Amino acid sequence: MISRIIALVVKELEMLLQDRQSRFILIVPVFLQLAVFPFAATLEVKNNTLAVFNEDTGRESVELIQRFSQAQAFTHLLVLHSEKEMRSVIDNQQALLVLRFPQDFSRDYLAGRPQKMLAILDGRRSNSGQIALGYVQQIVNDYTTEQLGAQLKIAPSTLATRYWFNPNLEYYWHILPCLIAIITSINALIVTALSVAREREQGTLDQLLVSPLTPGMIMVGKLIPAVLVAVVQATIVLVGAIVFYRIPFQGSFLPLYGSMVFYSLALGGFGLLISSVCATQQQAFLGVFSFLMPAILLSGYATPVDNMPVWLQHMNWVNPMLHFIVIVKGVFLKDFSSAALLKSLYPLMVIAFATLGAANWLLRRRLA
Amino acid sequence: MSTSISFRRLRALCQKETRQILRDPSSNLIAFVLPVVMLFIFGYGINLDSNVVNIGLVLEDKSPEARRFADSLFGSPYFVVRTVETREEVKRELTDGRVRGFVVVPIDFSEKLKTATGTAPLLVVADGSEPNTASFVQNYVSGAWNGWLQHRAAERGEKPPVRVAIESRYWFNPAAESRNFLIPGSITIIMTVVGALLTSLVVAREWERGTMEALLASPVTRAELLLSKLLPYYVLGIVSLFLCVAVAVFVMRVPFRGSLLVLWGIGSLFQASSLGLGLLLSTVLRNQFTAAEAALNVAFLPAVMLSGFLFEIRSMPAGMQVVTHLIPARYFVTAMQTLFQAGNVTSVLLSSAAFLTAAGTIFVGLTALKTRRRLE
Repeated sequence: MISRIIALVVKELEMLLQDRQSRFILIVPVFLQLAVFPFAATLEVKNNTLAVFNEDTGRESVELIQRFSQAQAFTHLLVLHSEKEMRSVIDNQQALLVLRFPQDFSRDYLAGRPQKMLAILDGRRSNSGQIALGYVQQIVNDYTTEQLGAQLKIAPSTLATRYWFNPNLEYYWHILPCLIAIITSINALIVTALSVAREREQGTLDQLLVSPLTPGMIMVGKLIPAVLVAVVQATIVLVGAIVFYRIPFQGSFLPLYGSMVFYSLALGGFGLLISSVCATQQQAFLGVFSFLMPAILLSGYATPVDNMPVWLQHMNWVNPMLHFIVIVKGVFLKDFSSAALLKSLYPLMVIAFATLGAANWLLRRRLA
Repeated sequence: MSTSISFRRLRALCQKETRQILRDPSSNLIAFVLPVVMLFIFGYGINLDSNVVNIGLVLEDKSPEARRFADSLFGSPYFVVRTVETREEVKRELTDGRVRGFVVVPIDFSEKLKTATGTAPLLVVADGSEPNTASFVQNYVSGAWNGWLQHRAAERGEKPPVRVAIESRYWFNPAAESRNFLIPGSITIIMTVVGALLTSLVVAREWERGTMEALLASPVTRAELLLSKLLPYYVLGIVSLFLCVAVAVFVMRVPFRGSLLVLWGIGSLFQASSLGLGLLLSTVLRNQFTAAEAALNVAFLPAVMLSGFLFEIRSMPAGMQVVTHLIPARYFVTAMQTLFQAGNVTSVLLSSAAFLTAAGTIFVGLTALKTRRRLE
């Protein structure tokens, strides 16, 4: 039996790697994604443009503007002279934020009267605007504290902040572990779903069925290549993250690779399930896509899972990517304890078991 | 093979293609069901407005002063605070992800607070593996801490320091709801899928099934063949676009301030570029599996990562910003966000339209070129 499965696996791998085009499409995009996405996928605010409309003639506003322009968030400064310019700068997205200092800003400031400055933000980019506004507030606060420092006693308390598992709060430390899960998922799904659909479309499935292979063995033969492709691609991203991006790998490889096998089995299960209800490759591909797109977006890579409504978090339980991202991040950045690992691993096992069981049943029924 | 068009043949081809689309449940799924499902996922699942974060609190010092500070945390609407006995325990909770951060009030907190010269330290630890949430934790704790300081100063009759108040106004989106800019952007992702993914399969399928040779033997011209692949999918895409906009406006209550005519115009240009890209991949690769993989990598993933619908383009490194200019989705995201929230801002829409026209021309042109070469 084993030798028959091996023969099938070899045939599948030959199909996958048959020509340059197919090998290219499995490997090259992984490197491109590894090179591009960690830089692109960031919710930090950097290198933005700040526009200033200063109606004040005093020293205080100039001092503040100088401090803003030194912040990392703002590398460009636009000086405006009218309200009309303010409108056009926001409309055309030339600046993320416009600050307007009123006429008597410095005078009020020196007199100790509370003053107001106006911040106008682009609602089309309200999230970045909010973050940038936080920086502006921080700079203003520091400035006032400094100015009043002579008059004030020492602050009675200090607040020290530490970021564990990612001391400098680098966004790519979060993205790369997520990429391991995302890139792996695409191919594990496509390889399983399309290979059965292709056999069916080309009529070779009938040939397989008249061979001594049972439907269960055919499934295993389709699953093993998918797991292999997934593990190879994940390894490429993992090595890139450690060697090229220099993210310290805290945990150990055995639990990571062990979980990866169950993850690719869960994905393969979904792939086979999709292909068992599809007649053509097009249907299988679109089915894969209908599963993949929500799965990626709800996996926690784009926005934190904690922000989602509770009912969606419950539905999200069937999403293998959600659990695997927790595992990869946990093992990679936090050196997960085995209890914590199991908590995310057992859903993967349940999903793999359920989808593979269902796919097996459906395939048998449709083939018989 | 000539490039002239016979409308009779074109109509027949379009009919055949339309029937193939309508007969296949999967294309209806992707054009009509998936967009609506996706919009709901984007509307509820993709949320940058952090609501409530779980944090832990270790009160090593249980004096009234320490409790007063703790109350400022308990009173914050942004936290669910759980009191944990020891640092060891809370460290485990943070590692396992049960809390996203914790605050420690050290044992000598109130002692140090009493002395005139010493400052009483507090410690905040946030889970850096979730950077967005971690910075929220830091901001909110520091807000609560500031409130506590001011309250304390006021009680002791000290004058609180003068602060410059920043009054903020979000134009187009006064409540700063992330849904209002995420949904217009996400319609772009959906249109990329409908356009590029569906068409990436159609020519490859003809080659794989051998029906392309039958077509070649017929008097069909290159232009007719291309148009018959473009037109039905164009109609499908535009219907799907307006369906998305209708759901966004009437169900998700995202305001739409532009004109529908402009939406149709820009939508058509974007459709041309995604259909063109899909057809090009299909024509060049001639294999459904590789064409599908390529469409995912060339159209879908860049649209998610580099279009600026979620990740701010101006925060990317300069080299990466240049790369984003090659992604048609980028221009459509800008146009959609502008149309929805700002209305018809001519300068923004015109430049987007120009880039989309260029992209569409290049993709369709290249496809035409490749088609000729293969057919001859």
